[in-house]
Amino acid sequence: MSRIRSALLPPALAILFAAALCAVALVISGASPLTALGVMIGQVGQGTTAVDIVNSAAIYYIVALAAAIGFQMKLFNIGIEGQYRLAACVAAIVGGLIVLPPVLHTLVIIVVAVLVGAVWAGIPALLKAYRGVSEVISTIMLNAVSLGAIAFLIRPDSFGVLQGNNISTKPIEPSGQFPGLDTGAGTIFGMVVVAVLLGVGYWFLLNRTRFGFELRASGESATAATAGGVNAKRMVIIALVLSGAVAGLAGLPEVLGRDFAYTLTSPQGYGFTGLAVALLGRNHPAGIAFGALLWAFLDKSAIALDNIGVPRDIVLIMQGSVVLSVVVAYEVVRRYELAAEQRRVAAQLRGAPAADKEVVG
Amino acid sequence: MRHRRGMAFAAAVLSSALVLAGCARDTGTPAAGGDAAGTECARNAAPAAAGGAAAPSAAPIAPNADASALRVGLAFDVGGRGDQSFNDSAYAGLERAVAELGLVQDNTREVAAATGESEDARVSRLRQLATEGFSPVVAVGFAYSESLTTVAAEFPDTQFAIVDSVVDLPNVTSLTFAAEQGSFLVGAAAAMRTTSCQIGFVGGVEVPLIQAFEAGFVQGAKAVAPDVEVDVDYISPAGDFSGFNDPARGTEVARGQLDSGADVVYHAAGGSGQGVFEAVAAATTAEAPKYAIGVDSDQFNTVAAPTNEVIMTSMLKRVDVAVFNFINAVAAGDTSVLPQTFDLSVDGVGYSTTGGGVDDLVADLDAYKAAIINGDITVSSTP
Repeated sequence: MSRIRSALLPPALAILFAAALCAVALVISGASPLTALGVMIGQVGQGTTAVDIVNSAAIYYIVALAAAIGFQMKLFNIGIEGQYRLAACVAAIVGGLIVLPPVLHTLVIIVVAVLVGAVWAGIPALLKAYRGVSEVISTIMLNAVSLGAIAFLIRPDSFGVLQGNNISTKPIEPSGQFPGLDTGAGTIFGMVVVAVLLGVGYWFLLNRTRFGFELRASGESATAATAGGVNAKRMVIIALVLSGAVAGLAGLPEVLGRDFAYTLTSPQGYGFTGLAVALLGRNHPAGIAFGALLWAFLDKSAIALDNIGVPRDIVLIMQGSVVLSVVVAYEVVRRYELAAEQRRVAAQLRGAPAADKEVVG
Repeated sequence: MRHRRGMAFAAAVLSSALVLAGCARDTGTPAAGGDAAGTECARNAAPAAAGGAAAPSAAPIAPNADASALRVGLAFDVGGRGDQSFNDSAYAGLERAVAELGLVQDNTREVAAATGESEDARVSRLRQLATEGFSPVVAVGFAYSESLTTVAAEFPDTQFAIVDSVVDLPNVTSLTFAAEQGSFLVGAAAAMRTTSCQIGFVGGVEVPLIQAFEAGFVQGAKAVAPDVEVDVDYISPAGDFSGFNDPARGTEVARGQLDSGADVVYHAAGGSGQGVFEAVAAATTAEAPKYAIGVDSDQFNTVAAPTNEVIMTSMLKRVDVAVFNFINAVAAGDTSVLPQTFDLSVDGVGYSTTGGGVDDLVADLDAYKAAIINGDITVSSTP
């Protein structure tokens, strides 16, 4: 009971607090918070918004899982941004250059993406394990490097194709595309299934394997884990590489399900969204799924705010304050429960061995 | 020798005046023009305008129509209103339609894009405008190419326009600009003005669209002074659109060029341009003046004083003219009157004279302009 409460209460508090903050901001700017919420919920039924939310949530879920794997070991993989973008770009290039039988073609693209993500995350992993370089610094710097690498790769004189004022990689033939589910109001990416499977795999890895136990143990206390026979260097490398491998998949739902190429205007910023969603979901597979859906809802429904003249930036305020307040809320609830625990123990101590105490006192 | 743009000259008078202006090139350089660096920079004479030189066409593309029944949707690119450049220029076109065509302000809607957003966000934005009955819908920026292709096919009865891209559908009007032609003219102006024989180009993001600005600028500069050195730098690489909205890095890049000897810097970097202007304003002195060249809008007017004093001219890319004329054409029911490309011949691109920074160069610049319009000079859009 208490465990469920300590898991669910903080995010609930954080969302309520963030919503209250947004309501205040809306009232100050002269708009009605209830109307704003109303049109955002109403937007879900419009056009392809519901499907867009599911698709985006799947992407956010994959990046958040990547972040969560690092978080389990107190590793901040800020480089997810660069890992998924470079992986998507290279995978799209490879996918466009080769033609294979249907399923095989798609699998090759997925494997390439995973490998690129893993290799790109392997650099900070090795630096961290053998040279003690902070993964925060090295991954941020590698993000900048990956930007340059992508710009080089999609130049028209390397692998790019000029399309008007846009540049894209060579389109992937239908044999390499990942078929989706056409709902009539938009197509749900086939990769959504992969995202769900990844979540199940993440849960299994963490709770049912020795590796998962060692991962969590290293995160709780590195020294204790080392004393228990866990190879710290090996854990750092595996955790970061695994995180990068998962991150490598994040660009694929759109590349394989909609765009069939990587272009100049391919989306950015998922990596940072992933960190926020993992934080919100407390690294729990179900929590992350909830966080990803909430994030996607806020992102996709925000378009309706333009209709009633409310600046869409209110959603950014909401997302930012959710992340900040969820951190604060966990800490507040943790302290509150610690204090309650202390009081309970103190009460028990006062009650049971009363005789001893009186002798001492 | 000072002539105002827009005045009509007899061709013969014009050409002889221009030849004289070209020969007397040294008088065009400012006080410091007599120093060693200045004399090293050999300059060509401006082209003599051939007989029947095209006069700048100030005439409207079509007579004003009544747009009071239209509901106009405007989907901005990243940055949205307030970028003092590209998006604001599109909005200015809408404002002009409200003022002159009877378009009702309440019947217009503007929606803005978010940085790094996904394709489905762009599709939803356009679809929503179309669903609510807005027609025409103007998509500002080439990022909308794919999404507009999707949505325009779904709404065949809605009129669409896209800025900076070509979408080949019957209900889509493509509003493209010959940015390289306008950039050619400001490149020529920069080469006429420089005393160090070194000028700079600061691009926002290294994408084909901005490379056209670079290409035109370099060609214009080399046409005037074949030996001029042009520093070309981009703030961010292709795919990272932050370079259009990062004044701090604009300052750094421009300062690097100024430090290495450039004394005229042209930017095509959207919101980052403010940083470029500040770098030039900080480096300029009475003995060694430095100049900046703005882009898209007449930035002497949009940038606050005293920073704007360093802006000698701006390359005008008249998105406002294109948007206004498109709305007008839709109101009149015939979009076929619109030019294929908004170029120098329809004043779709050009240069500004506000602030008087190029008053002494106008005659030469208009000669180059006439030469481009009548085909004597062809400006390539790739560097």
